[in-house]
Amino acid sequence: MDDLKGFPQELTGADRPMVSFRKVGKAYGPLTVLDDLDLDVAEGEMVSIIGPSGSGKTTVLRMLMTLEEINGGCIYIDGQPLTHMPKNGGLVRANQRHLRARRVDIGMCFQHFNLFPHMTALENCMEGPVQVLGMPKTEARARSEELLEMVGMIEKRDQHPSRLSGGQQQRVAIARALAMRPKVMLFDEVTSALDPEVIGEVTNVIRGLASEHKLTMLMVTHQMGFAQDISDRVCFFYGGKIEEQGPASELFGNPQRERTQQFLSAVKEAV
Amino acid sequence: MEWRWDFTWDILPRLIEATGNTLLAAGGGYAIAVVLGLVLALAQRTPYRVLTWVVREIVEFIRSTPLLLQIFFVFYVGPQFGIRLSPWASGMIAIGLHYACYLSEVYRGGIESVAKGQWEAATALNMTTMQTYRRIVIPQAIPPAVSGLGNYLVGIFKDTPMLSVIGVTELIHTANTIGSENFRFLEPYTMVGLIFLAISLPTAGLIRAFERYVRRKMGLQ
Ligand SMILES: Nc1ncnc2c1ncn2[C@@H]1O[C@H](COP(=O)(O)OP(=O)(O)OP(=O)(O)O)[C@@H](O)[C@H]1O
Ligand SMILES: [Mg+2]
Repeated sequence: MDDLKGFPQELTGADRPMVSFRKVGKAYGPLTVLDDLDLDVAEGEMVSIIGPSGSGKTTVLRMLMTLEEINGGCIYIDGQPLTHMPKNGGLVRANQRHLRARRVDIGMCFQHFNLFPHMTALENCMEGPVQVLGMPKTEARARSEELLEMVGMIEKRDQHPSRLSGGQQQRVAIARALAMRPKVMLFDEVTSALDPEVIGEVTNVIRGLASEHKLTMLMVTHQMGFAQDISDRVCFFYGGKIEEQGPASELFGNPQRERTQQFLSAVKEAV
Repeated sequence: MEWRWDFTWDILPRLIEATGNTLLAAGGGYAIAVVLGLVLALAQRTPYRVLTWVVREIVEFIRSTPLLLQIFFVFYVGPQFGIRLSPWASGMIAIGLHYACYLSEVYRGGIESVAKGQWEAATALNMTTMQTYRRIVIPQAIPPAVSGLGNYLVGIFKDTPMLSVIGVTELIHTANTIGSENFRFLEPYTMVGLIFLAISLPTAGLIRAFERYVRRKMGLQ
């Protein structure tokens, strides 16, 4: 682990970012996937990540969810270090206890939903609040039903995932993640495994979340139109780096870098 | 030599009692194996290298040596280390330990069949490793393991005669005694065979039904 001299023990100030990647590196063996990544996301901001396959988009989200260890730099969440913890005036690699304490702020939805197949939709949503937050069942049930209502799945609350369509499963997965009341939500290509006709039911739910001002969101997507519609900012990843980023209208309307232009026109042709 | 029904009826009560003993030995041994097997499977998945290695070697060792030897070991060698157990207790422990090693492999297969995404979803909900095993992974590992677990239930039942060598009065032991008391072996041995058949066959069917039930109950189809 390279030394983290000069990395602050916490980020302070009213305008500190909700999420901050600082010089974050990630490699699988000899393959460097992300190189000195710097990325700040403000509270309530909706940031989309786009880019070609293999550019490291998923890796960014997985590192933030602590599903993947980082090889360099540090990630901060709500001002506190996530991947590291303060010790003797410096930062050392986080232990399980620290990760568990910090992970409460983050929720994630996956491309393949990953619902628990042996639980009903409602039980999927109640699992985290009851087991992890220690919430009484009646309260967890009320919260979960409210969320299932919001994503339009209340009628299917007692169904197991095997009885639900992909779009329905993904909406339950969103409700399940929200039941933990995270400050930051991560979406990794949540519509990629869906039939075209049900994509809208999932994007509409995310659209609704984006209009809420407090929730911070990071979304990897291949749907350029959707990203343009709802994002405050779009980051174009290329070869493990942010090649270009900016407000959605600018990045899509007037891309500066050649690679961005090439990527966007290639995507447009494919549609 | 012909079949004698009056003799058959005379010995039936003793055989039925022995059947009870056999079922008790098989059930007791299986109860040990089911619990210990899971412990052995989980122990091989901890991040502690030494523990994992030791457990794996023990499992391998027990699987590679005859059950009969293990029964003798517990019963006759145990006392030399101050562990004095009745034939019943020794038998159940030996058979339970032996089958626990086989069941641990069945559990291991079941646990490994659970998709990686399930672990990741559990982490995203901030569950601990223990919670993830208890609530997410083991419940999903059981249905694919049921048929394997069930086969070994029949297996353990058929292996109970080995306990006769240390004097557990199960079916074979009783049939032997009856035979040598009366100099007639045809009826007791035939009856024992029929009793084993009458229990093994329906059990196999019940296991398949139970597997379907578990899957449906868990919504796994
Ligand atoms: N577990 C792993 N082991 C080795 N290499 C990996 C692993 N996970 C990802 N990679 C590699 O890291 C690079 C970035 O992967 P990542 O999944 O982040 O890409 P992505 O931008 O999400 O691509 P896609 O659009 O196809 O989902 C790829 O080259 C990939 O092959
Ligand atoms: Mg990806």
